[in-house]
Amino acid sequence: MHIPDGYLGPQTYVPLFGVSVAFWSIALKKWKKELATKHIPYLAMAAAFSFLIMMFNIPIPGGTTGHAVGGGIIAILLGPWAAVVAVSVVLIIQAIVFGDGGITAIGANCFNMAVVMPFVSYGIFKLVSGDSKSPPRLYTAAFLSGYIGLTMSAIITGVEFGIQPLIAQGPDGRPLYAPYPLSIAVPAMALEHMLLFSVVEGLITVLLLKYFLKHESDLVYALRAREA
Amino acid sequence: MSPIWFTHCGRGRHEMTKSQRKLWIGLLIMTLLTPLGIILPRIFDTGAAWGEWGVNKLEQLLGYAPQGLKRLSHIWKAPIPNYNLGGSDASMTVQLLSYLASGVLGLLAVGLVVFVITRFLVKNEK
Repeated sequence: MHIPDGYLGPQTYVPLFGVSVAFWSIALKKWKKELATKHIPYLAMAAAFSFLIMMFNIPIPGGTTGHAVGGGIIAILLGPWAAVVAVSVVLIIQAIVFGDGGITAIGANCFNMAVVMPFVSYGIFKLVSGDSKSPPRLYTAAFLSGYIGLTMSAIITGVEFGIQPLIAQGPDGRPLYAPYPLSIAVPAMALEHMLLFSVVEGLITVLLLKYFLKHESDLVYALRAREA
Repeated sequence: MSPIWFTHCGRGRHEMTKSQRKLWIGLLIMTLLTPLGIILPRIFDTGAAWGEWGVNKLEQLLGYAPQGLKRLSHIWKAPIPNYNLGGSDASMTVQLLSYLASGVLGLLAVGLVVFVITRFLVKNEK
């Protein structure tokens, strides 16, 4: 889901940089207000986890590959604003050091994976878990949170790809940037995630939530935020 | 990143808990397993992720290369492109070791950046 350089034209990547910068500045203010020093190691671990989980390319046999992002579980454990910064740091390093995702697409990739995903995941978790403390309900909420969060992120990425042929064509009428229309890009991005990558994301979200409920339940942001 | 790094270079007021140690060990195990991220796609014979093809591959798929895409695609030369230190002709062994080294490097880099950001921002001692 890391959009490379060249797939988005400036009409798309410039505004998305703006959106991501706005989210970063709000997120950093929130960090200042909400986070305590005891959270520092968890923030570092969250970013490290997200970096590593994205290295596990999952194959669809004979087809393509994808990966989980970790944005959902980070949002549940540390809050969506913490996830914005943690995952953005990962994506920026991936682009600069490893060429994974384009430099021009940093704003877009951060918007898709570090803004859309944490907020959608967090919202789904709150919505499904309600005020319940029952483990089956919490785990269902966690699975759907990861599953829908990553899928939404993939769909938004598909939309960004798909609008390129509408926005910019060369003199010969051919697309200048990502060549596939919405009718191909959105289903392609959505289906591969719904079938496999989002399932993995959902399972990871459940397993990690399970660990934290057992060992450090007072850390979990989504449950603390209820009582406040 | 060793756990000691955090307790000593960190604010030092919070000793690492048992659970945090477990989590760091988990991350180290993940790091060691990262080469699976190239082995599995190789076994199942998969191509690049959707929408992440190189210009040449895209030209094969479409019969032409979108001009704007071609122009922008080389705007940045990453120091370790594709997590691979050996270039596109590198042997499998070099690729696997590069991937592992990239995992370690990434772990250190993101940990360091987050640590620096939090050091300036988070003042709340609770």
